[in-house]
Amino acid sequence: MKDEITPEDRVANLKGMGSSRKRVEDVRFTQGKGNYVDDIKLDGMLFGDFVRSPYAHARVKSVNKEAALAVPGVLAVLTAEDLEPLGLHWMPTLAGDKQMVLADGKVLFQGQEVAYVVATDRYAAADGVEAVVVEYEELPVVVDPFKALEPDAPILREDIKDRTEGAHGPVRHNNHIFTWEQGDKDATEAALAEADVVAEEMIYYHRTHPCPLETCGCVASMDKVTGKLTLWGTFQAPHAIRTVVSLISGIAEHNIRVISPDIGGGFGNKVGAYAGYVCSVVASIVTGKPVKWVEDRMENLMSTAFARDYWMKGRIAATKEGKITGLWCHTTADHGGFDACADPTKFPAGFMNICTGSYDIPTAYLAVDGVYTNKAPGGVAYRCSFRVTEAAYFIERMIEVLAIKLNMDAAELRRINFIRKDQFPYQSALGWEYDSGDYHTAWEKALDAVGYDALRAEQAQRLEDFKAGKTRKLIGIGLTHFTEIVGAGPVKNCDILGLGMFDSCEIRIHPTGSAIARLGTISQGQGHATTFAQIIASEIGLPADDITLEEGDTDTAPYGLGTYGSRSTPVAGAATAMAARKIRAKAQMIAAYLLEVHDDDVEWDVDRFAVKGAPERFKTMKEIAFAAYNQAIPGLEPGLEAVSYYDPPNMTYPFGAYICVMEIDVDTGETEVRSFYALDDCGTRINPMIIDGQIHGGATEGYAIAMGQEIAYDEMGNNKSATLMDFFLPTAWETPTYTTDFTVTPSPHHPIGAKGVGESPNVGSVPCFSNAVHDAFRPFGLVQSHMPHDHWRIWKIARDLGLHG
Amino acid sequence: MIPAGFEYHRPADIASAIALLQQHGDEARVIAGGHSLIPMMKLRMADLSHLVDLQGISGLSGITIGEGSVSIGAMTTQNALITDAALAEAVPILREAALQIADPQVRYLGTVGGNVANGDPGNDMPGLMQCLDATYTLVGPDGERQVAARDFYEAAYFTAREDEEILTAITIPIPAAKGYAYVKQKRKIGDYATAAAAVLLGEGFASVAMTNLADTPVHSDAASAALAEGDVEGCVREALQAIDPQEDMRGPIAFKKHVAGVILRRAITKAQERAA
Ligand SMILES: Cc1cc2nc3c(=O)[nH]c(=O)nc-3n(C[C@H](O)[C@H](O)[C@H](O)COP(=O)(O)OP(=O)(O)OC[C@H]3O[C@@H](n4cnc5c(N)ncnc54)[C@H](O)[C@@H]3O)c2cc1C
Repeated sequence: MKDEITPEDRVANLKGMGSSRKRVEDVRFTQGKGNYVDDIKLDGMLFGDFVRSPYAHARVKSVNKEAALAVPGVLAVLTAEDLEPLGLHWMPTLAGDKQMVLADGKVLFQGQEVAYVVATDRYAAADGVEAVVVEYEELPVVVDPFKALEPDAPILREDIKDRTEGAHGPVRHNNHIFTWEQGDKDATEAALAEADVVAEEMIYYHRTHPCPLETCGCVASMDKVTGKLTLWGTFQAPHAIRTVVSLISGIAEHNIRVISPDIGGGFGNKVGAYAGYVCSVVASIVTGKPVKWVEDRMENLMSTAFARDYWMKGRIAATKEGKITGLWCHTTADHGGFDACADPTKFPAGFMNICTGSYDIPTAYLAVDGVYTNKAPGGVAYRCSFRVTEAAYFIERMIEVLAIKLNMDAAELRRINFIRKDQFPYQSALGWEYDSGDYHTAWEKALDAVGYDALRAEQAQRLEDFKAGKTRKLIGIGLTHFTEIVGAGPVKNCDILGLGMFDSCEIRIHPTGSAIARLGTISQGQGHATTFAQIIASEIGLPADDITLEEGDTDTAPYGLGTYGSRSTPVAGAATAMAARKIRAKAQMIAAYLLEVHDDDVEWDVDRFAVKGAPERFKTMKEIAFAAYNQAIPGLEPGLEAVSYYDPPNMTYPFGAYICVMEIDVDTGETEVRSFYALDDCGTRINPMIIDGQIHGGATEGYAIAMGQEIAYDEMGNNKSATLMDFFLPTAWETPTYTTDFTVTPSPHHPIGAKGVGESPNVGSVPCFSNAVHDAFRPFGLVQSHMPHDHWRIWKIARDLGLHG
Repeated sequence: MIPAGFEYHRPADIASAIALLQQHGDEARVIAGGHSLIPMMKLRMADLSHLVDLQGISGLSGITIGEGSVSIGAMTTQNALITDAALAEAVPILREAALQIADPQVRYLGTVGGNVANGDPGNDMPGLMQCLDATYTLVGPDGERQVAARDFYEAAYFTAREDEEILTAITIPIPAAKGYAYVKQKRKIGDYATAAAAVLLGEGFASVAMTNLADTPVHSDAASAALAEGDVEGCVREALQAIDPQEDMRGPIAFKKHVAGVILRRAITKAQERAA
């Protein structure tokens, strides 16, 4: 048989890896036809709503339900007392702690769930919430993690008071959760003592919130006849949720079906388990009816998982030429009222020990102290792998601080300290093995692209004009070279609640040569249905357009640990390639049989197996698929499917070079991002358009975080930023324009060399924006000023430096 | 974010609307565009049993350019202030200010009457109306009366309007002055002012007002007089004397006082350029 089309056309027709294939999800999203949790409507469905604490720390003296139960439509009001007989008034957190589902005698943060009202509709539920009367006795509030550790600080967690051992080792104070140490303390202190130069600084990465556009919610439906519980929810890890629900409710796991429908953004906020899920399940079991619970925006910002809040004290040692000789970091981590961080079990401070960044630092030491305060629990990875943003911000600020101390250009300081290409795989002082990288090439490409020297000259001219009174605007040039650690992770050291962090893919080829694939992950906007089909297309030669991708239904998808920490491509993407290769291996045998040659005599060619040396004799994958279902092939089972559970041998280490140019008005504190250049190296690029979209989205979040977004509390523990008026989400107007670029350094251990990219822009852009602000004021002596760099804080920098005359 | 239950009324004329307000007293409130009132109800900070919608009453919206003055119906949307070419010609500062209010979605529904009647110090129109020396027409059970914008605001959410009165129109004298500017610092699109200044400037004449820097808009006679004499520093000094900003997430008091001066100076410069 002669083929008409060229091999290049055959590749293009697949729309496989490397193709900027349009997102298949967008057909429904752009037409308003998505199916989110709140779109689910079931017969007789009830609604739940929470009574929340107005106080940050108080004893709950009594909860009076009477008036609420009299509200028409209100069916029940649940309190901790009602949940206690079921053992559900507390629940385990992902961090080895436990958390109140409903206030058990006291509340520890403003917005904490006190009672759960169940009603026939949302309006009645809200009226019921208003009618519940709670009597509180206020207790002293601690919002400062340093004060929380003082000897006479109020005891927040009376349930575990006087313990000496926590989930992660010894504790030394009632409000102390853990100390986590990595690296060589003595050697690092020696390096600091012997160094020519030591720069020391406190770097604070403020508390913020992932704030996905869709808030958290669920619908629980207990079928009393079959004994089956179906739970739809905004879950970033549906399988893990199924296991957790089974463990805490005692319902057998096979009787629980968890479904994550379309999800409107997660960014870490939707990894953990929330009181709303537990209460909805209980309410459905009690009433025998489906129960829906969906947070409103204020509830989301006040009570579901926050991010960051790390006080990072740093010391960095160097020779007078600028070669870094040691790095020391002590972090005080504010976890709020419960330790509900979402980290792999053995990593209570996540992968904070990636804080040596892109640099060849021979000795390092990191200690992290986790602390309870009267704030909301969380500490999730907001569009980053566990605590990687904190680590990247820390090291990228410390580099700038060191550059100031050395009176050196910060681009040059980075250049002389980068891990060299020939050092990979690189063993870091804090215990990681970086898989691959070529930092110098990326850095030079970035500096060239923005015209770095010309920018510095322009900046110097502006400074002169400023000093001469000709302008009131300064220019800041923000530099960042970040290294991430993503794709958790190897089962040998990564688990969540004892569940190894592998992931999975199952592929079924249909007789006519189309396919369905199911994964253990769940897209929340990343475009999995688009990109994973591209991996399969390239691996098995069927067009991506003929491959359906499904995720999120635990009854049909293979078990996986979900989507966060940029793990989908590194782990589930690897599983996808491996499952596809199993299919291709069987297809090879089928092809050889059909072509009447030995298995080893055929070779793969884009979308077919051809006889070696006789390319006109071939069987396309489509033909092979049909044969798998209609031929009796000796020694082979019928059908063409495969499943792969992939346990990654290592993490992947994406990196990037970002440069931002910012105009700063010293009088009003207003800023304008003039340009933002983002070079990302995520290894093999599956869909360049989706990568660009991820960079734009993540950098915009990074812009928000650096320039204004925060969860702020007053002394009384009142959340001051619980609406979108004060919690900064940029509109199209504020959003900078981005220039994207790339280098490709494949991961040597990943089947297709891909590293993951969704979180790089958040990790890399925050220090880049922040460094731009600092850089503008460097000539006037600014060393460190904490984020967010909103107008008044920039104004304050200028005032403190005497720039207002 | 779900409001308590309420009765919805949609009267067809002013008299019926006033009758409803009289009948239900404290429990009733008129609703115009709803873009200040509904958020307050959702937060359950406003608890009202009766909403009297003004949308069904004809004759409450529209812009009429007269000889020496412009009349704007209370139900005229903020968007209409932007798109009306004759108005932009007669009182260009209105368009400049309206463009800086909220975002297009809010402006399509939010009304001028609601903006000035609301009494929220964050609203931009009240300071602007004081700068322009506008007059509000209020209709109540005892008939119609006129109140100067400069006398209307008493404290945050407290105005000279009686509970049973409805604001029907705003009358603005067409400024002879050629110089004008509305300059507003804000954190993002859709935000209320960190500081905003309205300035009118002509031959021997000036008028200066500021927004969100006290619990009412601040029109300063002294600042206006100083500027009329060309004394910019004096004007800024007087205006800063008159304001009384509070700390909030936009920043501390010292910051607000400082940027108030900066924004006012910028407005003056812009007005001077236009006057020239
Ligand atoms: C996201 C967002 C951002 C905003 N940003 C800004 C901003 O930057 N600047 C700004 O100025 N505004 C801003 N606003 C407010 C917006 O302009 C409102 O539309 C306006 O304040 C009120 O007009 P309304 O027609 O919506 O009034 P409503 O909300 O209907 O009413 C407001 C109040 O005025 C009373 N009222 C209304 N009409 C009359 C009348 N004719 N007679 C008597 N009483 C009346 C009502 O009873 C109510 O108490 C913002 C609003 C939102 C939601």
